[in-house]
Formats: sequence, C-alpha cells, structure tokens
Amino acid sequence: MDLLIDGLKKAIEMILTGDQEIYTITWLTLKVCLIAILISTLIGLPLGILLGLTRFRGRKVLLLFINIGLGLPPVVAGLWITMFLWRSGPLGDLAMLYSPTAIVMAQILVSLPIVTSLTCSSFQQVNDKMLLQIKALGATKLQTLVILIKQSKIAILAAIMAGFGRVIAEVGAAMMVGGNIQGDTRILTTTIVMEVSKGNFDVALALSFILLTVALLITAALTFLQQRRRLS
Amino acid sequence: MKKNRLLMTLFALMLLVLAACGNTDTKDAVAKEKKTEPKAAPTEMILATTTSTQDSGLLDVLIPLFEKENNVKVKTVAVGTGQALEMGTKGEADVLLVHAPASEKAVVDAGDAINYKRVMYNDFILVGPKENPAGVSGDDIKVAFKAIAEKKSPFISRGDDSGTDKKEKGIWTLDSIQPAGDWYISTGQGMGQTLQVAAEKKGYVLTDRATWLAQEKNLDTLQIVVEGGNDLMNIYHVMQVNPEKHENINSKDAEKFVNFMIDSKTQDVIEDFGKKDYGQSLFYKYTE
Repeated sequence: MDLLIDGLKKAIEMILTGDQEIYTITWLTLKVCLIAILISTLIGLPLGILLGLTRFRGRKVLLLFINIGLGLPPVVAGLWITMFLWRSGPLGDLAMLYSPTAIVMAQILVSLPIVTSLTCSSFQQVNDKMLLQIKALGATKLQTLVILIKQSKIAILAAIMAGFGRVIAEVGAAMMVGGNIQGDTRILTTTIVMEVSKGNFDVALALSFILLTVALLITAALTFLQQRRRLS
Repeated sequence: MKKNRLLMTLFALMLLVLAACGNTDTKDAVAKEKKTEPKAAPTEMILATTTSTQDSGLLDVLIPLFEKENNVKVKTVAVGTGQALEMGTKGEADVLLVHAPASEKAVVDAGDAINYKRVMYNDFILVGPKENPAGVSGDDIKVAFKAIAEKKSPFISRGDDSGTDKKEKGIWTLDSIQPAGDWYISTGQGMGQTLQVAAEKKGYVLTDRATWLAQEKNLDTLQIVVEGGNDLMNIYHVMQVNPEKHENINSKDAEKFVNFMIDSKTQDVIEDFGKKDYGQSLFYKYTE
C-alpha cells in the first residue's frame, strides 16, 4: 500500500513541477479522446435517432452489426486499422500509421457503436401517444425532432459518457496503431503500460491518478449537464 | 426556450472543444515552423526495435542525438525482435535494431534487409529464486537448463518470439530437451512483465542483463544464478530495409542511422550509458 501513497505523491509532484513530458502526454490524451468522442457523437447521434425513429429495410441487420460493435475488442479494431494503414495496405500512401490520427480512427471505431446503439434504444422508447399528440398540435417534422431530442437529453448524455469512457480507457488499439512514440503518439494509457514493463510502478501509478483525474473532470462536467434541472 | 438554451450550451461546448483543438494545432504548427525556419521540414523514419533498447532507456539518449544531427523525426516502434523483423520483411519499417542473429540472417539472405552491421552486445543471464531449488550456478547455461528440466523447477518463458525467447528456445534445442509440462510457464509478454511473473511464481527466467539491472529493485525474491558463459552473449545488429524490394522506404535516413549507430562517437555514448545509474555499462560497443 505504500506504493499507492508514493504514486499519489509522485503524481502531485509531477503536476506541480510542471513536468513537460507529462503535460504533453496528458494534453495529447485529452485532444485525441475529445476529438474521437466528438466525431462519434456527430455521426452516432443522427444515426441512432434515425434507427430509433424510422423503419426501413435492412434496419435490423444494421442494428445487429452496431450492437455487435458494442463488444468490439479494441485490439481487434486496432489490428484492422493497422492492416489498412500499412505501407503495403490500401491506405498506405497516406503514411498515417503511428500518428495521432490513427489513434482517433481506432477510438471512433470502438466508441461509435456505443453512442449509436444507446441513442437508438432511447429513441425507440419514445411513447407513441406522445408522438401522436405532438403531431396533433401541428408540429413540423423538425419541431418534433427538437422536442424528442430534449426529452431524451439524459439518455443522449449517458450515451456520450459511455462512449467517452470507452475511448479514454482504451489502450490495446492505441498501442498498436499509435506505436507509443515519444512526443508523438504516447498517451496516458500506453505510457502506463510502458512504465509497468519498465518496472517503474511509482510512475505508472502516478500516471494512473492523472488519468483518473482527467476522466473524472470530464465525466463530472457531462453528468452536471445531464442532471441539470430545467429552470422553468 | 430554457431547454433550448441547455442544448445550445452543449453544442457550444462541443464547438469550443473542436475549435480549441483546431487552434492549438495551428499554433503548434506555427511554432514548429518558426523553430525550423532555416531548415526544411524534418523527414520521418520508422525504427522497429526490440523492447530492451527502449525499456533500458538507451533510445531516449540516442534518438534525440540522431534527430538533431540529421533533421529527422524518428518514429520508434518497440516490439519483440520477431515482430520487428516481420515489419522489416513487410516493408513497414525503414531501419531495424534487433538481437536475434540467426533470424536476422534469414531476413538478410532473403534480401529484405541490407547494410547489416553489428552494433553492440551485452549478455543474457539466468535469474532464479533465492532458494535456488534446482541448485544451479556457474557459467554453463546448458547444464543449468538440464538441471531445471530434471527437477521440474518452475521456468518462466517469454513465449513471444522476441530475441530473448529465440535465445531461450535455442538453448533448449542444444540440450535436445522439449520443455513442456506444468513447470514450464509461457507468459507471452515483455521482459519486464515476465520477470514480475517469475518473482511471484518463484521461477527461473532467462533475461538480458540490461532489463534485469533496470528492474532488480522490484524483484527481491530473485537473484542471478548463471552468467558469463559464451552461449549467453547477446548481440545487437542494425540494418536498413531494402528500398528496392519495398515501396515508400526512407532509405536515405535509414542509411544515415546505420552509419550513426556504428560511428565511434555514438559507440562511446552507448558504452557510457548506464554507468552512472548502475555502476556498469548496460551495452558494450561491438562494431566490426
């Protein structure tokens, strides 16, 4: 247990002394994770709403694939993206392997199904009677959508939080497609793996405290937004 | 309208994040441009290497030196030697720094790697529990392996096709022993984790000396039991991936890197590395 206290001390020390490398790594982690979850939300939210509210041919099959994606292991996502980005692969000319962009791609792949599926299930639960009532009041399609989104605020934010949790916790894919390159693709989770393999448990623990703090702050902000009461 | 405002706030927050990310990117880019104004943008080179060079901290010293001299951005991918060589044969890396001479020879013979140069060496050691249940000692690794197999004392293997793993498998072959059974544990992980497993399970494990010295402080149930034999030499080679056989290879910088590694100045840096922290060199110069 001494190690735990040492790790906490080390974390505070790293932050206070302004360890440049820690800042670079933490900032990159934040940037990569937020961009990934933002893109996942921008795609997943409309897609989830569409799947939840409408019925079309192939909808169930699409939903099935998205739900399978909920359990997509990050290393599998990483492996596929690696193969695509290899110099000998179809996207090899872009030279994107071992770049932060590659990490963002992998994180989108693992978080998009979560955001989409959870959004879809919340919109599918919308009460038919309410829909009828909204229509009866003469709302246009756009107005109906706005009302429904407001109604589902809690579920939508829960979907985004679940997606964010997946993204910030992810390590297998980031290691594979990012390569844990110093000053370039080294994020908090991959650094923790590396420090453990170096035997620097105190540093690894310190980093884990920093990672938890970052996750806590962002999740707290989202929870606050989610739980805020309407002031009407 | 109040509800609307909430959604707007949410949306604005997202835009802000996006804008913030975008902004810093350009700022970074501007800063970088300013710094390197007189020079051209650095070229990128992928170095595939073994975990021991990274985990020991050697690359943290060497790579910045090379980058500064040559205006190159080195992307270091530290994996097991087996995977590093595979990256070479696939043309996914530009230059390789590895330590499994027998497997390297196959890659060079196949024409996937050229400009093959010896760089440095250290040695493998056998570490084991302080109780030493198999009673092994001295410098003969073959005798030690035989004793462990006969006593069925726990032996922890990397099992990940790394340079160390290849070495260990090679020693079993010399003894014509097929290691199998409850006592032979294969972790499939890096050297650091494998040493941890050995410490917990009180087993024997073959390791490179550099990783052992770096991790010794966490491994108080283990000690060195066999060291110094000729069979235990651990030789590192550097080589560039053949640009005529693969596309998109940065052979210009790869060639520079090979020359950098065998340069006498770099060789001195290699041999000095670790003397301050461990009182001995972790790697010794060994060019041809």
